[in-house]
Amino acid sequence: MKARITVTLKNGVLDPQGKAIEGALQSFGLEGIDSVRQGKVFDIELDSNDPAKAEGLLKSACEKLLANTVIENYRVEILG
Amino acid sequence: MKSAVITFPGSNREGDVIRALRQATGHDPVSIWHQDADLPKGTDLVVLPGGFSYGDYLRCGAIAARAPVMDAVRAHAARGGLVLGICNGFQILVESGLLPGVLMRNAGLKFICKMQHLKVGRTDTAFTSHYSTGDIIKVAIAHGEGNYVADAETIARLEGENRVAFRYCDAQGDTKAGNPNGSLNDIAGIYSEKLNVLGMMPHPENLIETLVGGTDGRGLFESLSAYRGAA
Repeated sequence: MKARITVTLKNGVLDPQGKAIEGALQSFGLEGIDSVRQGKVFDIELDSNDPAKAEGLLKSACEKLLANTVIENYRVEILG
Repeated sequence: MKSAVITFPGSNREGDVIRALRQATGHDPVSIWHQDADLPKGTDLVVLPGGFSYGDYLRCGAIAARAPVMDAVRAHAARGGLVLGICNGFQILVESGLLPGVLMRNAGLKFICKMQHLKVGRTDTAFTSHYSTGDIIKVAIAHGEGNYVADAETIARLEGENRVAFRYCDAQGDTKAGNPNGSLNDIAGIYSEKLNVLGMMPHPENLIETLVGGTDGRGLFESLSAYRGAA
């Protein structure tokens, strides 16, 4: 079973990397980009075929290590 | 003062810390490997040195904060034992929950390596008794992620409880003008609630010899050496 975890900065947390990317994109003349926030994606393979169990496992992986919940949110998607 | 210095894969300032402790205390600290489960009995002070533990992968200090030895460090801190985290050590302390807040990318996005003035906060702690409040000291900084950020409530609490150990400033003591990385309230170092854990981005261990830039960092190690608290 495959899963994807997306970690993003919480609203209001300053993201200097996102700001720099946003500035670069705007400098290319790409119109219509209001703002950019940078995050992380983790693609994970699991040996379990039980989505509920996998979700619980991945949530604890996020809480333990993958996200710093002081500043980051995470989302777990089971891709099947 | 019995001290221990922890080495994680990618630590690189442990030798400097060991030297600074030897100079101040007259004897060598014990070197601890990150996979050790225990600290030596009777340890008063544990130091988490600077460097790039685990290559700064994921987030600076994130993986080191979950190393086996950190459970022993947490227990040591809970007992009132002293913990000092410098640079990457500070990042590990916030990731491990021993200190609040986070260290984000520097506001200017650049890695900053330069001499930096600091203003000393309170001096009734184990770490700063050999300084005077308001002293301006010159030490080194070398970091890409030193921008201290916490929510407004945490910042208000740190300020209200007088837990800002050091603030960045310029040579005249102007904190705003001297802030190199965007840290909230120009914070360069903070204490835990019980004042037994100190995390700081600057490197006092590199300013202990006139030959290499000055001795303003000695005060911190001399304070620790003189400390006779219950650990």
